[in-house]
Amino acid sequence: MSPFLFWVFALLTLIFGAAVVINRNPVASALSLVVSFLGLAALFISLNAYFIGIIQVLVYAGAVMVLFLFIIMLLDLRAEEGRQINWLASAGGLVVALILFGQIYSVVRHFTIARKAFPPLPGSTIDDVRNIGAALFGNYNLPFQIVGVLVLVATIGVVLLSTREPR
Amino acid sequence: MITLGDYLIVSGILFAIGFAGVMLRRNLIIILMSLELMLNAANLSLVAFSRFRVDSSGLPNYNVQVFVFFIITVAAAEVAVGLAIFVALYRARQTTDVKNISSLKF
Repeated sequence: MSPFLFWVFALLTLIFGAAVVINRNPVASALSLVVSFLGLAALFISLNAYFIGIIQVLVYAGAVMVLFLFIIMLLDLRAEEGRQINWLASAGGLVVALILFGQIYSVVRHFTIARKAFPPLPGSTIDDVRNIGAALFGNYNLPFQIVGVLVLVATIGVVLLSTREPR
Repeated sequence: MITLGDYLIVSGILFAIGFAGVMLRRNLIIILMSLELMLNAANLSLVAFSRFRVDSSGLPNYNVQVFVFFIITVAAAEVAVGLAIFVALYRARQTTDVKNISSLKF
């Protein structure tokens, strides 16, 4: 991928990621999150992880965001838009986040192999889905089954939580 | 030329944005969205490492991509359970502001 496209998608991801935090309206935050996830999917595809990129679009930009928008509209959260901001607390939180980023940056800067380019792949196309499937159903079969049970438990839990208890 | 460090820096900024969201916002749903941002930042650095560590046949390291697949699955389940808890909470208290939810039992 050309450096120009990398920076376009990286900036798209970061600007709309910041918009999620800055927007006062929850619906605008959720829609910014969709754009941020689409940029992130493009970054995954630029790393030759086609399967992960497609899954990112289907699961996050599709299913998870519909869930978020559905809940925001169900609860009708517009009432808290007019609240004033506590500037001291906001500045404190921002400083803590900046310190965290400074630490990550200093670690990456002193990490000498991070300055090397990515090694070339053997061909122009790779069998991405086939290789992930072989790893998933071969080496990682037991964790895969356990994740299936986890999703089942989550489904039953959500149904139990969202039914009203009889009074 | 794009290096591994560039992807790690983008991932670090995205993680810091998500962390700032958890620290700054008081709406529970926005906090859950910021948590998703942080999970995705971790996924981005994992995929970058997977592409960087090619094995003997020259292919990316697919063990890491399987790990990212599991993270996405668990995060989707977590969002579903979290939002169901928020709906139950909203029925009981008519709020999703963390300032109004400071007691363990009510």
